[in-house]
Amino acid sequence: MSTTTATHHDDHAHDSHGHPTGLMRWVKSTNHKDIGTMYLWFSFAMFLFAGAMAMGIRAELFQPGLQFVQPETFNQLTTLHGLIMIFGAIMPAFVGFANWQVPLMIGAPDMAFPRLNNMSFWLLIPAAILLIASIFVPGGAVAGGWTMYPPLSVQGGMSVDMSVFALHILGVSSIVGSINIITTIFNMRAPGMTLMKMPMFVWTWLITAYLLIAAMPVLAGALTMLITDRHFGTHFFNAAGGGDPVLFQHVFWFFGHPEVYIMILPAFGILSTIIPTFARKPLFGYASMVYATAAIAVLSFVVWAHHMFTTGMPVAGQLFFMYSTMLISVPTGVKVFNWLATMWKGSMTFETPMLFSIAVVFLFTIGGFSGLVCAILPVDIQLQDTYYVVAHFHYVLFSGAAMAIMGGVYYWLPKWTGHMYDEKLGKWHFWLTTIAFNVTFFPMHFTGLAGMPRRIPDYSQQFAEFNMISSLGAFALGLSQLLFLYVVIKCIRGGEKATNQVWEGAHGLEWTVASPAPFHTFETPPQVK
Amino acid sequence: MNKKAIFFPSTVLAAVMSLVAGSAQAAYELNLKAPVTEIASQIYDLHMLIVYVCLAIFVVVFGFMFYSIYKHRKSVGHKAEQFHEHHTLEIIWTIIPALILAAMAVPATKTIFAMKDTTAADMTVKVTGHQWKWEYDYLDKDVKFISTLATSQDQIQNKAEKGENYLLEVDNPMVVPTGKKVRVLLTATDVIHAWWVPEFGVKQDAIPGFIKEVWFKAEKEGIYRGQCAELCGKDHGFMPIVVEAVSEDKYNEWIDAKKAAATAANAGADKEWTKDDLVANGKVVYEKNCAVCHQVTGAGLPPAFPAITGGKISTGPVADHLALVLNGKNMMPAWKALLNDVEIASVIAYERNALGNSVGDIVQPSAVKAAR
Repeated sequence: MSTTTATHHDDHAHDSHGHPTGLMRWVKSTNHKDIGTMYLWFSFAMFLFAGAMAMGIRAELFQPGLQFVQPETFNQLTTLHGLIMIFGAIMPAFVGFANWQVPLMIGAPDMAFPRLNNMSFWLLIPAAILLIASIFVPGGAVAGGWTMYPPLSVQGGMSVDMSVFALHILGVSSIVGSINIITTIFNMRAPGMTLMKMPMFVWTWLITAYLLIAAMPVLAGALTMLITDRHFGTHFFNAAGGGDPVLFQHVFWFFGHPEVYIMILPAFGILSTIIPTFARKPLFGYASMVYATAAIAVLSFVVWAHHMFTTGMPVAGQLFFMYSTMLISVPTGVKVFNWLATMWKGSMTFETPMLFSIAVVFLFTIGGFSGLVCAILPVDIQLQDTYYVVAHFHYVLFSGAAMAIMGGVYYWLPKWTGHMYDEKLGKWHFWLTTIAFNVTFFPMHFTGLAGMPRRIPDYSQQFAEFNMISSLGAFALGLSQLLFLYVVIKCIRGGEKATNQVWEGAHGLEWTVASPAPFHTFETPPQVK
Repeated sequence: MNKKAIFFPSTVLAAVMSLVAGSAQAAYELNLKAPVTEIASQIYDLHMLIVYVCLAIFVVVFGFMFYSIYKHRKSVGHKAEQFHEHHTLEIIWTIIPALILAAMAVPATKTIFAMKDTTAADMTVKVTGHQWKWEYDYLDKDVKFISTLATSQDQIQNKAEKGENYLLEVDNPMVVPTGKKVRVLLTATDVIHAWWVPEFGVKQDAIPGFIKEVWFKAEKEGIYRGQCAELCGKDHGFMPIVVEAVSEDKYNEWIDAKKAAATAANAGADKEWTKDDLVANGKVVYEKNCAVCHQVTGAGLPPAFPAITGGKISTGPVADHLALVLNGKNMMPAWKALLNDVEIASVIAYERNALGNSVGDIVQPSAVKAAR
């Protein structure tokens, strides 16, 4: 790190009074770039950790019978894999992007509340420690699924309390972070940058931040009721005391469905940034893209019970949630069409970020279609809680969110480090990831349709072949991510010097500053025409 | 450890070989199971319709994308145009998907109404989910039994060859007549389970404290296998559902046989049992009902599931032991709803005088009957 620090000194006269170095630079950081970097590294560490758990799951499912882990441990693996991937890997990665890019893209010198920014990052650490330490307490880690449905989660050991507390902390972190992002976007845009001139990535994050503020307290409420049911004799979710176990599901998914869009809207923002760059053409339908994002956000609050089609809701409820869920595919479709129209008659090149973006458009659409299949309630009766659902949400979360994050990392890495990454290795990483991902998850559509429930450590022999294919794909997918780590480290340590513009077709304020971006940028606001 | 280390590479190799060679069994199932009820058929058709519509859209949309990728690339010298709006186009691609969705919603809505119509049922069966077994109660026939996994632990732990219906076989299947509308009332005693038979197109959560209803009318004789579809703890993957659809005559015979067996079992409650007979009988009951938590050896899985060997209850006063088995506590179910007097007396005798314990006392089935 000392070398990059030295470069900053050369780059920017303002830095001559120095900025903190060593460990304290990070612990006490109020700099949006350093905090963004920490978010991204934290997220990557969690991605590898929860990915290793997925390897454990796939090893057990390689063949019928129990080979490596007993059922209780298996349930812990699936539960923690889900919790850590969602709250530890995907969400912090997007906050990392927001920290780095939002001020750079709107021409602001930093975030609106730099100290709060520091706090929202450092809150992640105790939360991660609680989640990981819960593996070692008596009874083992939380094992009732990431959704923590009672009464099962009331049965669990102290790891449930630790996980709930971890999620409370993460909720505080997210809310604080969102307030910071909203304030920054509304108050610190460069003169001339009206709302409808903001880069699409900033728009998607603005809307995501509102989703977070609305949704996270709802999760906190559900979890707090769970804790009081467990320890203080309340009966919110206990039918014997006048409560209702399904109430938890309603409250949880009122958070949980917006959460799905919290994890995909910033990915849409990244795609809307990368595709125009490499098509050398402006984003098609900017205004409709903004409206589609807002429409998705609003609709995301009225579709929650499609996660609960088998709970036995009355017909009216089932119909409402089926129709509203189907409706959400209209604005999502608009987005896909706009990306394709952006590519149409462009002058495309296919560097690694563009490859990832095209793959996301293609694969996310598969996930969208399987989502539509699940939205049709009678069909969902057959598919609810099967591997079809596992396939569906990995197509939207891995080949949607995670691969968009990877594309975004390749896209902005030269701006962050000042070096071009190794294009050849980047492409290798892309193809390995894409192929291994599909080998892993495409067969799950079939095992799900044929009747394999999810969250089971062992299965009947009819599913053996596809599970073996999935496991082999998963091992390859896991190993491929080590290549990603290598490419990133290699890029930080050296490589071809990046220009300010980096990409021929790139537009926007972040490309007007030096590469690597100096420690302080836009102390004098730029003018936007 | 050593055994596993050798086991893995060799089995991986063997398994991959069989994968490459193509298994003899037709195991690459690609679609929903063949339906045997009207509802399941509607679901099947609905699913195919949606898949074809999605496939058509997919081919058209990504046809455009790949054409564009092929033609509009810099390497073939294509110059970028700078258009970025086209209102007519944008309105069209908002409205057309909305119309397609509306067309899909119509048949789906019809099926939902049909699924929900539980009126005019010919018979009613109450199904209760327990960790990790299903209880079937034929309300109008006075027949009631527990259905548990029949696959042996040896098969699961890879110590024995796996059978044809590995993990999908039970000791007491649910039996229904074909052509009759069966209403199923679902509930649970501990956590949420879900009762699912793919061929019937029925999946419903079993929620403690609530009764939910679904129905099916099996149109073809056969044995239909499903599994619990809601994570319900440790042995969620080991509580299958097996339904046999048979002719009405066979169904009536089965009902009579079940009733006779229940009468015979209850008769045993009034006679005086010896300790050895109870312990011998108790071993069967214990391994079927108790071993999933307290383990075959009696070692338990503390802290969730206490040990029987040297346990506070199993070596303490027999009255406390009986009370706990009858009424349950926390995760321990109230067995009085699930086991008959002889079974409860037997399992208590076994727990106190086997599994490393030798307390010496027993309770007679008649005492269990009195304590209920």
